Amino acid sequence: MNRILMDLWVGIFVVAGIGAILVLALRVGNASATFDVADTYTVYGDFENIGGLKVRAPVKSAGVVVGRVANIQLNRQTYKARASLVIDKRYQFPADTSAAILTAGLLGEQYVGFDAGGDTESLKDGSVLQITQSAIVLERLISQFLFNKAAEGSADSKQPPETP
Amino acid sequence: MAGDHLVDIRNLEFDYGTRKILTGIDMTMDRGQVVAIMGGSGCGKTTLLKLISGMLRPTAGEVLVNGEAVHRMDTAGLARHRRKLGVLFQFGALFTDLSVFDNVAFPLREHTDLPEELVRDLVLLKLHSVGLRGAHALMPHQLSGGMARRVALARSIALDPALVLFDEPFTGLDPISLTVTGNLIRRLTDTLGLTSVVVTHDVAESLKIVDKVFFIADGRIAASGTPDEVRSTTDPFVHQFIYGEEDGPMRFHFPGGSMPADFGLEGVRA
Amino acid sequence: MLKSLLGGFSTIGRHVIDGTWRLGYATRFFALLLLRSGLSFARFGLVVRKVYFSGVLSLIIILVSGLFVGMVLGLQGYETLVRYGSAEALGTLVALSLVRELGPVVAALLFASRAGSAITAEIGLMKATEQLSAMEVMAVDPIARVVGPHFWGAVISMPLLAALFSAVGVFGGWLIGVVLIGVDDGAFWSQMQAAVDFRHDILNGVIKSAVFGVAVAAIATFEGFDAPPTAEGVSGATTRTVVTSALAILALDFVLTAFMFTGQ
Repeated sequence: MNRILMDLWVGIFVVAGIGAILVLALRVGNASATFDVADTYTVYGDFENIGGLKVRAPVKSAGVVVGRVANIQLNRQTYKARASLVIDKRYQFPADTSAAILTAGLLGEQYVGFDAGGDTESLKDGSVLQITQSAIVLERLISQFLFNKAAEGSADSKQPPETP
Repeated sequence: MAGDHLVDIRNLEFDYGTRKILTGIDMTMDRGQVVAIMGGSGCGKTTLLKLISGMLRPTAGEVLVNGEAVHRMDTAGLARHRRKLGVLFQFGALFTDLSVFDNVAFPLREHTDLPEELVRDLVLLKLHSVGLRGAHALMPHQLSGGMARRVALARSIALDPALVLFDEPFTGLDPISLTVTGNLIRRLTDTLGLTSVVVTHDVAESLKIVDKVFFIADGRIAASGTPDEVRSTTDPFVHQFIYGEEDGPMRFHFPGGSMPADFGLEGVRA
Repeated sequence: MLKSLLGGFSTIGRHVIDGTWRLGYATRFFALLLLRSGLSFARFGLVVRKVYFSGVLSLIIILVSGLFVGMVLGLQGYETLVRYGSAEALGTLVALSLVRELGPVVAALLFASRAGSAITAEIGLMKATEQLSAMEVMAVDPIARVVGPHFWGAVISMPLLAALFSAVGVFGGWLIGVVLIGVDDGAFWSQMQAAVDFRHDILNGVIKSAVFGVAVAAIATFEGFDAPPTAEGVSGATTRTVVTSALAILALDFVLTAFMFTGQ
């Protein structure tokens, strides 16, 4: 095998391989949207129930991804879940912004939704969100619905014996 | 005292675990000589070469080359020893992925910083001395057995060694290549001032070219001498070996139980 | 009865002793290989040749297999996803399966059978034809001169091949899903990009394939170097390379996956 041809092939191979990694990173993955550690700030939200929220779930405001859930822990005093939210520095939010755990579609992934408030102060690194809304747990919703139905039903069924 | 002895082996013993290969070997080889080591297959001839080249270490005894103890050398010492040593393996052991030229250039490129033009001249010179200068661009698989052997010979003398070891250089060669290889060994030894050690069982060819012969049987030296001495020997083993007789001290039948016992005939007879 | 029982024990004992001895020998070999890798980097041309030998020569099988695996993923994934009305998630499915698992694992399995076996055969053959011994008596260390470049060539090639496999696979999935079946192009890519994380998925996939590369290269060079110097010895060693590599890849994959993708 000709030495120069061999070098050429190896060169093509290595460039193609590195190119493939770049394609995977930029086209398939979201490297372009990954935030640098330096360009973020962290805020905390305490939730009664986070439902199925996972670490790395997106934080969205008006549907735009502005950050990610970095960490979820149970607060031992309050028994609430504390989620650390890493937010892109380019997006500043008023201090009275509220956070809610929402679901994309009926069965989709859960994410944290930000609703901007009207405060003139901005959220800073380490701020705790004052207004939070927990995840909607489907089982609770259904059981609540059934309970109400049952209550209505029993009210209905109790009445007839009383009237006669 | 060690003046003329390039290789001096004293009371050498070697075994693979419990299997004794060599016991009580004493031999000397002088500068400028072609020495043959002969013996039946598996008698330990190749082991002897590996002991001289330092690939194996003896169980007991000494191997001195140029007055230095090969068996006590460390890695660096062995490397120095091997640069002054050429070894020709049974089938040449040419590097299959390198051309003839690159094969011969291999030791030069690995061990020297010579400029490429000088390497080229040296390689062509060595190839010329084995008559294969015209074949320098071929790959090893394009060579015949005899040609491969000669290229390997050129490679083993590339660094102008003092001692060249030949492991069965005549195996599998046609009569013409056989004579060519034999004469080449003799001629290179004389012109380059080498010492050659040839391990072989080709009696006819080697007796034509060597100065001294050692016969090894059962791990010991059975006989030694000049070609004329061994031809006229009365030693039954050497006689059997030289004249290729089927039966003699070396039995045709491998030692074992008696024939009736092996075939289960003892009861029948009784 | 007792005799056969004792025989059974001694068989187990012999296997354990042999296995331990071989493992120790392999470890020593690997340590020597790393210690004497200086030459591979001092004369990088030697490694480049081996990158050609194990990497470039494996390109065809890797690219073709990657394309087909991606296409099959596209077909099968679509069939399943369309039942739940989420055919747009096809991109996510194809990309995540490839980048996290199939890319590194299947590429490594193919690499072991294409390049690993070739490395074992070449080194084993060099040993059987006394080329390694010839090198040794020329005062050239065969581990540094032959084994080292083979090892590093394979280690360099493996992650690149795995990345190419995944990239071509995603293309294959796109070909089937978008071009042939008609999943929305925008949804295919955007869902994929939303779900595939660079550090968590892609980088971990690259790390996996690098680990597999080291494993295959170590196994292949050791089996070649350790092969009995006969034709049967070399063919047996070649088979062992493929089998051992496959088992090592799958076992390592389990361990690495357990570390990387769980426990959060």
